[in-house]
Amino acid sequence: MAESTPQESAYRYEICFSGSGGQGIITAAVVMAEAVGTLDGKYVCQTQSYGPEARGGKSKAEVVISNKPIDYPKALHIDLLLAMTQAACDAYFFGIKADGLLVVDKTLVEQLPTSRAIAIPFTHIARHDIGREMVANMVALGAVGFLCGQVILQNLEKALLARVPKGTEEMNREALQAGIEEAQKFNLAELPRSFINDFEEGEL
Amino acid sequence: MDPRKPGERLLLQGNEAIVYGALAAGCRFYAGYPITPASEIAELLSVKLPQVNGTFIQMEDEIASMGAIIGASLAGVKSMTATSGPGFSLMQENLGYACIAEVPCVVVNVMRGGPSTGLPTNVAQGDVLMARWGTHGDHPIIVLAVSSVSDCFSITVKAFNLSEKYRVPVILLSDEVVAHTRECITLPQTEQVRVVDRIAPKTPPEWYKPYATNNRGVPDMAIFGDGYHHHVTGLVHDEWGFPTQNPKEIEGFHNRLHDKITKGFPEIMMTKTFDMADADICVITYGCVSRAARMAVKNAREHGVKVGLVQLVTLFPFPRKAIDSALRQCKAAIVSELNMGQMSREVNRVNQYDCRVIKHSRYDGQMITPDEITKQILSCA
Repeated sequence: MAESTPQESAYRYEICFSGSGGQGIITAAVVMAEAVGTLDGKYVCQTQSYGPEARGGKSKAEVVISNKPIDYPKALHIDLLLAMTQAACDAYFFGIKADGLLVVDKTLVEQLPTSRAIAIPFTHIARHDIGREMVANMVALGAVGFLCGQVILQNLEKALLARVPKGTEEMNREALQAGIEEAQKFNLAELPRSFINDFEEGEL
Repeated sequence: MDPRKPGERLLLQGNEAIVYGALAAGCRFYAGYPITPASEIAELLSVKLPQVNGTFIQMEDEIASMGAIIGASLAGVKSMTATSGPGFSLMQENLGYACIAEVPCVVVNVMRGGPSTGLPTNVAQGDVLMARWGTHGDHPIIVLAVSSVSDCFSITVKAFNLSEKYRVPVILLSDEVVAHTRECITLPQTEQVRVVDRIAPKTPPEWYKPYATNNRGVPDMAIFGDGYHHHVTGLVHDEWGFPTQNPKEIEGFHNRLHDKITKGFPEIMMTKTFDMADADICVITYGCVSRAARMAVKNAREHGVKVGLVQLVTLFPFPRKAIDSALRQCKAAIVSELNMGQMSREVNRVNQYDCRVIKHSRYDGQMITPDEITKQILSCA
């Protein structure tokens, strides 16, 4: 992998995947980390937190990406938050940087806390276009991978195909591509540049 | 295709790296009972051990797990188990047996919130003193702590090596954050890993005294069932391994048990330091908190504060020498940990200087953040 030169200043990019237990939130984060870490060759830390329930309950997985070895493995100021449920959106929105980005599943998140958000119906696409609701996480991963600009998309697909069960590769690949295509329809420059204006002064 | 080949860059969880470390160190027996957040260790070993002619057993509970690894180790196979707080409680009785019978074995305790069932999916460091004193009676034991995925590999190898060399159980303390953090690691080639094995007797079987001392204080260890008479008991025993009530023998036995570890102090007591050369404030940490502390130290240095970090790899025997020199050098020492002050007590115990020891605890199931430590540092500057 490329060693960074000492002059190069350290950057840190944090992605938070959130939703409900059983949605495949952690799997999506692991695939992202695998692509960025083992294939792109950047430093990466992936952590997760979840409740004692096997299904339901809040689920969160974080991916920290850097060009330098990472000291603190968890997210501190989120650059991109993916919220796959309303509860997760409400719970983790306030961890985003002022100029960060919120990406939500339009199928399940009805109330957006900001206009600096990208809403894509991940679950709907998975159910109707791909045929299995189960791959909504991979549709979302495709969108996140495109929007964060931190991962080589071919590597993301490679990492995904290496991790999914045999026989499901084509479905997962389709899901990932559908997510990338949906995300490409948005123009980030048209969004408000920061969350700050969404709030009365002093609230954020 | 097995993607887990040496020399390849892999994304592994702390728990998975412990498995690869154990296998590299020569572990070929695992007995355990699944528990969050340690289950991935058992999960992966159940796949990996049969591939290398090893044995994996899921036991009925942790009491039996500890018994099984003691038996396997006596039979000449490097053995380990992994658990979390509630299971570690159950292991304490047999852990004492491993101490008195001098059976090498490695016990991984991935710490979660306690006591009792506590917080199964949250991080904590509440089992530190229990790892040292959980089983009854004066006993020698080695306790190591890991802070990253690469630690999980290398310190696990160290744990097995120390265990084999000193014939003592080694407790490897991990925590929920280290266990479930995925990072990239390149596994070393097998021949690059330094592996230590127990020393077998060179005498003929009829001359063998299983607990006879030598200049190392660590008796040669025959494989059970290999023709050497070998009596193993939890009672205090003589050189032949049979129970004794002779006060001289009892005292000599205890002295040898402890002296063998004392002789190894320079090798056993491992610490890592960062930015300590000119520091007048130090942060003392172990496990996952060390990661927050490293970032905090860098941030505070940017504020012009001369601060360094002492990270304990060995928790027990307590690395007194390293801590002593840090305390002598600094005006303040901040001990950050995810419990109500278990290690800060130890640091205070050895403090003979004007250094102020500050207890910095968090016990709400969450990680200490770098900012919290930076704040502590700045308030001392």
